[in-house]
Amino acid sequence: MSECMEVTATTLLEPKMPRSWRRASKPHKFCPGCGHGDVLKALGTAIDDLGIQDRVVFGCDIGCSLLAWDFFECDTVQAHHGRTTPVITGIKRARPDRICIAYMGDGGGYAIGAQHLVNAATRNERITVILANNTNYAMTGGQMAPTTLPGQKTETCPYGRDIEAMGNPTLGPEMVAAITKENAYVARGTMANMRQLTTMLKKALQNQIDGRGFSFVEALASCPTNWRMNAKSTWDFVEKEMPNYFKVGELKVPAPKEG
Amino acid sequence: MTDQTINQQKPVQGEKRMFMTGNEVIAYAALAAGAEMMCGYPITPQNEIMHYWTRLAPKYERRFLQTEDELSAGFSTLGGVLAGRRAFTATAGPGNVLMQEPLSMAEMMRIPIVLIVQQRGGPSTATVIYSQQEVTLTCYGGNGEGARIVYSPSNHQELYDYTLKAFNTAWTYRFPTFILGDGYQAKMRESLTIYDPAVRGVQMVPTEPIIGGPGAPGTEREAVHLRNTFNTEEELYEIITAMMGEYDRIAPSIVEHEAIQTDDAEILILSHGVVSRATAAAVRELREAGIKVGSFRPITLRPFPVEALRNALKPVKKMLIVESAQGQLAKLCKEAIYGETTPIEYIFKPGVGVTAEEVVAKVKAMA
Ligand SMILES: Cc1ncc(C[n+]2csc(CCOP(=O)(O)OP(=O)(O)O)c2C)c(N)n1
Ligand code: SF4
Repeated sequence: MSECMEVTATTLLEPKMPRSWRRASKPHKFCPGCGHGDVLKALGTAIDDLGIQDRVVFGCDIGCSLLAWDFFECDTVQAHHGRTTPVITGIKRARPDRICIAYMGDGGGYAIGAQHLVNAATRNERITVILANNTNYAMTGGQMAPTTLPGQKTETCPYGRDIEAMGNPTLGPEMVAAITKENAYVARGTMANMRQLTTMLKKALQNQIDGRGFSFVEALASCPTNWRMNAKSTWDFVEKEMPNYFKVGELKVPAPKEG
Repeated sequence: MTDQTINQQKPVQGEKRMFMTGNEVIAYAALAAGAEMMCGYPITPQNEIMHYWTRLAPKYERRFLQTEDELSAGFSTLGGVLAGRRAFTATAGPGNVLMQEPLSMAEMMRIPIVLIVQQRGGPSTATVIYSQQEVTLTCYGGNGEGARIVYSPSNHQELYDYTLKAFNTAWTYRFPTFILGDGYQAKMRESLTIYDPAVRGVQMVPTEPIIGGPGAPGTEREAVHLRNTFNTEEELYEIITAMMGEYDRIAPSIVEHEAIQTDDAEILILSHGVVSRATAAAVRELREAGIKVGSFRPITLRPFPVEALRNALKPVKKMLIVESAQGQLAKLCKEAIYGETTPIEYIFKPGVGVTAEEVVAKVKAMA
């Protein structure tokens, strides 16, 4: 085997990772094709670009997000289901010089921890909340989530989500945008547009760095395991189905900082 | 905090005789202990702890956050502790039920949070002033083994002393620590001496960031990765076994009790918290009447002063357990004296106070 080929093999085996990723815990623990990995890649890139790795305190929820408990080379706390927002709030209030990130799923943010999201947003906590919306409760085996789409089948709505009985899917960023002040940053990105998602996360973190206000980014994310989809249908669902209901874009951008 | 003048002096200087409510005592004790942060949610009868704290804290650059519920109060307090602050919260009744979730995380992750509980009636919303029905919940709430320390003070001086102590116990042993008071103690005014712990030679155990400390993670030091979820049953088993082993090892240096005239007592009265005042008064009166009676009060309900109680039991022919609950203290006692055959009688008054007269009458009937 020539030396040249070996170099190629190593290059292939070690994909480029954000610097803030923790190498010892890679390959990561998510299923193949999982959106969490992509969202955290965008987040890792944002942390690298802003040069804040030393100051980040990362909190993850219960749900598949907990698999990120040792994902970054950053101080990390894994909290309880829905409670990452208050834990991160407490850390930020105790240590305002840290960049505090709460990472969770849609069940954690919009169901069991909805009161924390709403109130942290209302109080304009200087934290950054990132929520992976994969339209189901993934870790527990694919039950209906607040974000399950009308007609979408899950383990607890096997005939499809009936919006008469179960209401419409939660529009998280729209809700957060409605209850926050001008200095909040609110956006919905998608793993289908990594460059845009990374930019959104950078802005969300910058807003915290500037001490201006609450930042919230929802990221559309895949869960091929519980969707029971192959790669092609997974991608179609993320790229075509989800954005029909969950509009991708920025909902609230603070005016440029003066001076 | 802009228009507040920050007072560089200690909030409590030297020693001072005061006449104040129990809730006020706790706020002063927390200040004197150097507590830096409180998060809370209103519930009677602990509200005034927050009221005094919010008036005093900004003057000394201490933090306060009123949260959306007790879950959030507990979890944001945990955040503050993780970030290295001496932080506490306070609650009661249904709030204590919600607090068990953050407190179970504190047990698992060994986060030195201090929680003040001012018991009110239960179950459910019940009554807002007084009870001793949160003993089981406070000692063993949460989905675990009760890896926590619970002090049950009985007067205002003790509320002050043990609130100071709770912070040191929590930060020394890294188990969540509770002050279990009640609405009578919370609302009643009483004389006590408040003091700067330093003048009594009490050193406050220094705090340190558990997360987000100095140094660049990955290069200057290891990144901190804290979790409460484990992959295998065996992994959890090892962690819990080690944790409870440590708990049992440190228990002898934590347990406290008060024994009154137990040396020759043939009848032993057991009670805790504010009820012990009635039993102590009863012992005085009964001794004057020539009845050989003593009283035993666990000050730590968890860990329980097992050895001390067993010793006190030696001369005893009959026991009387008195509490403002339907047998919650009795359960702890009976577990502690397992194997003893001393007959036990009870005064159970869930949600209402107990008078010395009732205890005297009962003991006379037993003698
Ligand atoms: C108090 C509590 N209730 C229920 C659970 C069980 N549980 C674990 S993960 C989860 C759902 C996670 O779904 P989501 O937040 O959408 O995250 P995902 O797994 O989809 O990323 C639930 C209900 C729990 N851990 N704690
Ligand atoms: S179950 Fe779904 S969300 Fe969880 S790791 Fe697998 S693909 Fe990702």
